[in-house]
Amino acid sequence: MAKAEFEIPELKEYPEIPPIQPGSMAHSKPFVAKNPEFMEPLGYPAELVDDWQEKAIEHMGDLLGKYRSLQVFLDACVKCGACTDKCHYYLGTQDPKNMPVARQDLLRKVYRRYFTFAGKYFPKLVGATDLTEEVLEDWYSYFHQCSQCRRCSVFCPYGIDTAEISMAAREIMDRIGLGQKYCNEIIGKVFKVGNNLGLPEPALADTLEGLEEDVLDDTGVEVKYPLDQKGAEILLVTPSADFFAEPHVDGLIGYGKVFHEAGVSWTLSSKASEAANFGMFIGSYENMRRISLRIREAALELGVKRIIFGECGHAWRVAYSFLNTLAGPFDFLDPKYPVPQHILEFTWGEIQKGTLKIDKSANDHMVVTFHDSCNVARATRMGDEPGGQFTIPRNVIKAVCNNFVDMDPDTIHEKTFCCGGGGGLLTDDLTELRVKGAKPRMEALKNVIEEHGVTNMAAICAICKSQFTKVLPYYGMGMDMIVSVHQLVSEAIVLTGQDTGDDDEQEDSTEDAA
Amino acid sequence: MSFLTVAFAALFYAATLLLVVGLARRIRLYWKTPAPLKIPTTPAPTTTGGVVLRMFREVVFFESLFKGAKWTWLFGWIFHMALFAVLFRHLRYFQEPVWGIVSWTSPLIKKYLAFAMIIGLLGLLGRRIFVDRVRYISAPSDYLMLFLLLGIGTSGALTTFVAHTDVVAVKSFFRHLMTFNFETMPNLPSDPLMIVHLGLVALLMIIFPISKLLHALGVFFSPTRNQVDNPREQRHIVEWARKLEQ
Ligand code: SF4
Ligand code: SF4
Repeated sequence: MAKAEFEIPELKEYPEIPPIQPGSMAHSKPFVAKNPEFMEPLGYPAELVDDWQEKAIEHMGDLLGKYRSLQVFLDACVKCGACTDKCHYYLGTQDPKNMPVARQDLLRKVYRRYFTFAGKYFPKLVGATDLTEEVLEDWYSYFHQCSQCRRCSVFCPYGIDTAEISMAAREIMDRIGLGQKYCNEIIGKVFKVGNNLGLPEPALADTLEGLEEDVLDDTGVEVKYPLDQKGAEILLVTPSADFFAEPHVDGLIGYGKVFHEAGVSWTLSSKASEAANFGMFIGSYENMRRISLRIREAALELGVKRIIFGECGHAWRVAYSFLNTLAGPFDFLDPKYPVPQHILEFTWGEIQKGTLKIDKSANDHMVVTFHDSCNVARATRMGDEPGGQFTIPRNVIKAVCNNFVDMDPDTIHEKTFCCGGGGGLLTDDLTELRVKGAKPRMEALKNVIEEHGVTNMAAICAICKSQFTKVLPYYGMGMDMIVSVHQLVSEAIVLTGQDTGDDDEQEDSTEDAA
Repeated sequence: MSFLTVAFAALFYAATLLLVVGLARRIRLYWKTPAPLKIPTTPAPTTTGGVVLRMFREVVFFESLFKGAKWTWLFGWIFHMALFAVLFRHLRYFQEPVWGIVSWTSPLIKKYLAFAMIIGLLGLLGRRIFVDRVRYISAPSDYLMLFLLLGIGTSGALTTFVAHTDVVAVKSFFRHLMTFNFETMPNLPSDPLMIVHLGLVALLMIIFPISKLLHALGVFFSPTRNQVDNPREQRHIVEWARKLEQ
C-alpha cells in the first residue's frame, strides 16, 4: 500500500469547502482479506467467487428486501447536494467520490441498472451502469473511505444515511469473497478469544491485577478490578483497548474507582471481554448478532443484574440501539435499570446522588474540550432526554474539571466531525485517509487551542482515542492531548480513606471551584 | 371529437393509471420491507407524538435541508410551497361547484405563485450548473426534471397571463373525463401552449413513480426520521431476524 508521502492538509482559521479533485483518493484501499482464516469463520467465501457479478446482484436484491433503509435511500435521493460538503473525508481529501451522495451513487447506479425501470431501459439518462470490475474496485476503495459516522444523514432532507449504504456494500462484497482484512480479522479474534486484541483470559487477569496494584500504590486504597466474578451486580463490558493502551486504561481505572465509591459489586467477563462489535462495520446482522450474544451469555453465566458499557462509540450504538434487538429480551436483569447503561450514565447518577468525593483542582493543569463521538452523538442517547448524549458527558467533565471549553458549534453535538478512524478504518494501511479525514476536527481543535488555551481533548470512544493519538502529531499537536473522560474522573475522585496528605483540601477546593 | 381530444383523453387516463398504480406499488414495497434495526438519527423523539412533530417539521419546513444548505433550502422551499399552492388552486378546474376555500384564493396571488415557482426552479438549476460539487453528482435526468417542471410552470403561466386559453372548455373536458361522460364531451381547445402544458403534466405523472420524484414518498418511510428513539424500552425485532433465533 502507498507508504508514499502524502500532503497533510493545512488547517484554516475558518473552515472552507474545497473544490473537487476527481480521483485524488482512488488509490486508497485497505488490505483485502486474502487468508481464508479471515473470511470463513464469518461465513464468507475465502476469495472472490467466479460468478461474482451475478452473486453481487443477487445479494443486493436480498438486502433490498431485508432493509427498508436501503430500499428507500436508493430511491429517494434528489441530488440536492446538501450532503456534498458534510463528509470529513471529502473536506480532507477533495475526492468527489467522498461526497456522501456520490458515494451512495456508486451503489445506486448499479441498483438502478438492475432493479429499476428507468435504469434498465434508459441507463445513460439516469446514470445507471453495469456492475463492472471497475465499479467493484470503486466500491472497495470508497466504501472503505466512509467511517459510517452519519454526519451526512443529519443534513439530508430525507434522512438518507450513507452509513447504511456503505454497510450494505461491504456486506455484498464480503458475500462475494471481497472482504476487508482488518475488520474481518478482528471479528475472527472475537469469536476465537473473546476480544478484538486476542487477549486470552490469563493475560487479562494479569493486567487487571497490575491495575489493582497501581491504584493501591497511588492512593493507598484497595480498589478491585474483578474478572468473572459470579454473583456480581454489574457486568462491565468495555473495549479491549481499555485493558492496556494509553489513555484508554486510565479510563478503566476511573470506572473501577467510581464503582468502588458507589459501593456496588461489579465484574468484567473473559467471555465478553470486548465491547466493540465490528459486525456493524461490515453491515452483517448475523455477525453482529453472534458477537452480541456473548454478552447475553456472559450476563447469564455470571448472574449479574445490570449491564454497563465502557467508553466506546460504535459499541455504544450496538449496545444502546441494537443489543435488545440482537440478544434480548433481557428480562432476567433488574428491571429498575435500562439495559444496557453507559458508564457515564452511571457516573453522572452517582455525582448527582453525591456519593463521589471530587477534588476538581486535581485537573486544574488542564483546559479541556470534548469530542462528541459520531456514533454516540447521532445514533444513541444517554439518560432520559433526547440530547442526553451531549449533556451527560459534559456535565461529568464539568463536575470534575474547572476549565472546560466547547469547540465551534458547527463541529459538536449532532454536527460533530468524525475522528477520521471510525467504521473499521483504524488500520495502518489507511493512514493517509485517516490523517486527511481528521482535518475538520483538527481545525476546530486548533482554534480552541489558540483562542482558549485548550490543553486536552477528552473523548469517550476507543477508536477516537487511538485515532487521535496517531494523527495529532501529523498536525503538530501532542498525542498525549487525548484523555478519557473517566481519566478526568479518576484524577479528581477522592477515594474513601485515600491518603491525600491534607484531609480538608477537597472540601475547600469544591467551594473554590464554584 | 377531434383527434387531439381523443388522444389527450387517452393520455390522461393512462397517466393517471400509471401514477396511481405505480405509487401504490411503491408504497406497498416500502411498507412491506422491514426495518430490522433502530436507526433514527439522534437526538430523536422518544415518543410517537414527537416523531409526528419531527416529520411535520421535515415535510413542511424542510428542517434538515435548512441545516444543510441554506440556498438550496430557500429555492427548494419556495418552489415546493408555490407548487402546492398552485396545485391547490388548480382544484377549481376539476370541481363543480368549486369548494369555497378554493375559490376564495385571490386571482392576484396566482401571478406571484407562478413567478415564485419559476424563480425557485431557476435557483435550483443555477446551483446544479455552477456549484462544482452539485454539477458532479447531476445526471442528465436531474437537469431534465428541472426543465420539465420549468416547462410546466412557464407554459401554465403563459396560458393565463399572455395567451388566454378557453379555460372553461378545458375544465369541461376534464369534468367529462372524470365522470366518464364521453357523449357530451367538448373538444379540447387546440391552443399550443395549453397542449404543451397538459402534455408535460401527463409526462410528469407518468415518470413520477419511476423517478427521483419518489422522494415525496421516501420522506415518510425514512427510518432515520420516522423511528421512535426507544430501543432500550421496547424490543424491536422483525420477522426475518426472529427466524435467526430459532
Ligand atoms: S442531501 Fe440527501 S437528497 Fe440531497 S444529495 Fe445528499 S443524499 Fe441526496
Ligand atoms: S457516513 Fe460519515 S463518512 Fe460516511 S459518507 Fe456520511 S459523512 Fe462521510
